[in-house]
Amino acid sequence: MSEFISANLPYLLAGISVGGQYALIAIGYTMVYGILRLINFAHGDVFMVAGLVMVTAAASLPIGVAIVLVIVATIILGVVIERVAYKPLRSAPRMSVMISAIGVSYLLQNCALYFTGGLPQIYPTIPFLSNSVTIGGATTKMVTVVTPILTLILIFALVTLIQKTKIGMAMRAVSKDFETSELMGIKINKVISMTFVIGCFLAAVGSMLYFTNYPSVIPTSGAMPGLKAFVAAVFGGIGSVPGAVIGAFIIGICENIIKGLGLTVFSDAFTFVLLIVILLVKPTGIFGEKATDKV
Amino acid sequence: MGKKLKTKAAPEQRAGTILAAAALAVLYVFLFLLDNALPTNSFTVMLIPVLQKGAIFALVCVSMNLLNGFTGLFSLGQAGFMLIGAYSYAIFSIPAEQHNAVYQYFEGGIIKFSIPQILGNALGVNLGNIVGAIICIIIGGIVAGIFAALIGIPVLRLKSDYLAIATLGFAEILRAFFQWDGLGKLTNGSNLLRKYTNFHDIKIQLGGFIYQLDTVFPFLIATISIGIIVLLVNSSYGRAFKSIRDDEIAAEAMGINLFKHKMMSFVISSFFAGVGGALLAMFQTTVQAAPFRTSMTYEILLMVVIGGIGSITGSVIAAFLYIASSEWWLRFLDSGQFMDMSVPFFRDGFRKVVFSVIIMVIVLFFSRGIMGDKELSFAGMIRKFKNKKAKKAEAGKEVDPE
Amino acid sequence: MKKLLALLLAGCMAFALCACGTPAEPADDGGEAAATGDTIVIGVFEPLSGDNGAGGKQEVLGMQYANSVCPTVEIDGKTYNVKLEIADNESSNDKAVSAATTLISKNPSIVLGSYGSGVSIAASDTFAAAGVPALGVTCTNPQVTEGNDHYFRLAFLDPFQGTVLANFAKDELSATKVYCIGQLGNDYDQGLLNYFKQAAEAAGIECVVESFPENNSDFNSYLTNAKNAGCDAIFAPTSISYAQLIVEQAAAQGITMPMLAPDTWDSNVILGAAQGKDLAIYVSTFYAEGGDPEFEAGIKEWINADATNLANNGGNDMLAAVTVMGYDAYFTALEAIKNAGSIAAADVMAALPSTTLTGITGPIAFDDIGDAARDSAFIKTANCTNNVWDFVAVQGVQ
Repeated sequence: MSEFISANLPYLLAGISVGGQYALIAIGYTMVYGILRLINFAHGDVFMVAGLVMVTAAASLPIGVAIVLVIVATIILGVVIERVAYKPLRSAPRMSVMISAIGVSYLLQNCALYFTGGLPQIYPTIPFLSNSVTIGGATTKMVTVVTPILTLILIFALVTLIQKTKIGMAMRAVSKDFETSELMGIKINKVISMTFVIGCFLAAVGSMLYFTNYPSVIPTSGAMPGLKAFVAAVFGGIGSVPGAVIGAFIIGICENIIKGLGLTVFSDAFTFVLLIVILLVKPTGIFGEKATDKV
Repeated sequence: MGKKLKTKAAPEQRAGTILAAAALAVLYVFLFLLDNALPTNSFTVMLIPVLQKGAIFALVCVSMNLLNGFTGLFSLGQAGFMLIGAYSYAIFSIPAEQHNAVYQYFEGGIIKFSIPQILGNALGVNLGNIVGAIICIIIGGIVAGIFAALIGIPVLRLKSDYLAIATLGFAEILRAFFQWDGLGKLTNGSNLLRKYTNFHDIKIQLGGFIYQLDTVFPFLIATISIGIIVLLVNSSYGRAFKSIRDDEIAAEAMGINLFKHKMMSFVISSFFAGVGGALLAMFQTTVQAAPFRTSMTYEILLMVVIGGIGSITGSVIAAFLYIASSEWWLRFLDSGQFMDMSVPFFRDGFRKVVFSVIIMVIVLFFSRGIMGDKELSFAGMIRKFKNKKAKKAEAGKEVDPE
Repeated sequence: MKKLLALLLAGCMAFALCACGTPAEPADDGGEAAATGDTIVIGVFEPLSGDNGAGGKQEVLGMQYANSVCPTVEIDGKTYNVKLEIADNESSNDKAVSAATTLISKNPSIVLGSYGSGVSIAASDTFAAAGVPALGVTCTNPQVTEGNDHYFRLAFLDPFQGTVLANFAKDELSATKVYCIGQLGNDYDQGLLNYFKQAAEAAGIECVVESFPENNSDFNSYLTNAKNAGCDAIFAPTSISYAQLIVEQAAAQGITMPMLAPDTWDSNVILGAAQGKDLAIYVSTFYAEGGDPEFEAGIKEWINADATNLANNGGNDMLAAVTVMGYDAYFTALEAIKNAGSIAAADVMAALPSTTLTGITGPIAFDDIGDAARDSAFIKTANCTNNVWDFVAVQGVQ
């Protein structure tokens, strides 16, 4: 028995750790979708840019300053993207905004390619997180243990924010009915900016955890984690924060079990199988609200 | 190329059709000369692949536009269907004697024949290659269409962005499936398929001379395919598609069978995406599942947007502009030099940055694209020209009507 | 609005057209016209970005250094300047064709490259159609040259390299079961996995083979698979970017079984990742540092003198075997051009099979298929404390 655990614990640990990192990205998707009904395809790339900023910042600054700088820069980037690329299209058809998101994603990836010269950038070691730790016979990095704990703390804080504060109430109101809440005097732009601030903050934290585990940043680093986090958001019911988190952990763990079973070719495809199954069986996800089409 | 058929045949219409046919004829004469007579220099060496790839992507864009622009189904599965088309084409046209080399890790594969070769034995090598390639291209389209029909049954029930991500997901699943070693004897696992009939093998023998058709061939396939889509869009089916796009509920109330028409549009679009994929395989001379990823679909979508969602001529123009800029005209941005001056920030990757900025500008400020949902047609030009003349003659005003 | 857009686009097109017409190609309008000019173009077809970007850049450095050492070539008493035209194939098979076409449009006498076998196979037909000979530098998959009259190669081949590494695993590491991991859809990885497996199984070593999809960065589960399967060595023929992740994660998991790798891993990036860690990494490669001190001093000085070169070499002046191979490739090309007595691509192609040279990496001569005859590889191991590669042995196949 103990042999079975020590043989299989690493898969579970890796799964929980990467699941927590997906969860932090997924919240950005689910909150933006809840309020703007927009799949923010650029979110995964914002996550990648956060990684690159860390590489550059840590080269010349002490690590503590660099961490703060990464968070601030990522938040600014997210808000600027919203202002420049999404706000002007707010009254345009939904497809146009989605195309704009794809355009931003393309732009960020190409800028990253230009600045890195196409070479993988080695992520700096963050002390403590990079230390080794042994659990149940399995050696791993500290970040594996820290990720799920930190994720749960941040989610708890976020849910409290949404449920108990004024801005949280405004967010809930806007996601229920955009026009009416505007009529009721809610400052829509402020709420939307706040959504991007929260989403990008979590993506920045997620990027530090993720890249400490997998310390190489390339321009397409954000694409797959982004897509998986998005699937997690859909799986949990898009617009629902707890749903996104549960979806992310399920995807992270399943993906690693599949690799353990030797079906490595399908480790990415499995995520999409899960997506299609959930869309067909329960299109609104596990915790999603029933949407009614208005004629 | 952009013939828009109006119901009443005005004199401009007839003149427009004649002009369009003449323009096409001139184009084909030029392409034929390009393949055979024009000297090879640094200009034509770049021009030929840009035209070939442009024609291929024009077809793929139009097929995507049929779905996204004319039926209002936001699908992101185009790369997946191109992948199927490319593989089906390649698998059936690898010469028999090359199977052992190509499928070296899979004991030579399970398909041991090559359609162009079989036909070559009966019709002669050159004709066999042409007919065989066309048959394989059609097979590529049909297989893509069959997959589309299977995927469409569950997926087409979904709406807007959910449809987009479901089709995107299917494309990714297909890509993994084609890389799976379990299918290795058919797909060669994740390895390259190669040595099959490509554009350079397409030649025709006339009166003792052999003429190359490198560029004529993809144009011919693309023109015929786009022509079929134009006819479809202008038929009663096309009107049904557009009514679904404009208002699904109203369309259903008018007695249009939503699922049937959506399925039809999805399958036809995928068929032509498969044809496009087969042509792309011919162009690349090797094919492999890895590059058919989501970013390829995004690129096609951006071309459609640049051309104008709902405009066939727009898609065609945008595809050629996009390919020419990215493969050719903007390459100097990567060279580190501009007008013989050394510019340090012109280094590798700068081309792509400039390119994506241009795309963002178009998406944000010219969201209707080059053509909007209008078509470029000779008849329209004649009409405009006449109107302008008439107005000038009438009032003598110099104010531009726009 | 529409008019404005039309004008804008027309402007862009006109600008781009005249811009692309003017630079970089002074004398090559009309095909053979260049043959009468004073410049001879050698095309460089290498990945400068993507997974193999780091290796490609190092290989190009060797060619550029060679070009700075010997910038001219004399044919029939006339001196030609040699110009390197570099095209980036982005480490991607689907970008390879258009990069190759760009090179062809510069009218080269010969093309060097590429690092990475997949891109070389993908672009092969394009070079063949244009009648331009290509000289593969470090692409090791047999399919690059097999059945191609126009493709030649300097490097050893994967069946050879796979056997060398399998023998090494058997003789030196006494391995009984090896975990083999490579990237899906990469001809280099898949080819080596296949040949290593054949040779290893013939030597009585059991192999567990797995592949990971492109852009994968999570290798924890793969490494756990290796441990659970009871393997006593890992064979990982991957590109540098994945290698770095594998090294990092193996160290984090405390995996101490030795890792075997082919020529791609011979890079200072790997040393950087392994520094200060308890790992045993063995690579087979084309050249071991210290083989030709005079040459090494020269190229190191050249690399250190220019910040860009230093950055392209990964930030320090450690010499990669691919750089030396790039240097030899350039001189092989010059030798072929001299033998041809002409700068026309067709003549160079005809002269290549009989071209011989004593390069830094050893004597170079081509066999019937167009591969350089090489019967030995250098095995090196990563010294994780001093951050250098230590020479282990010269290994051949008997």
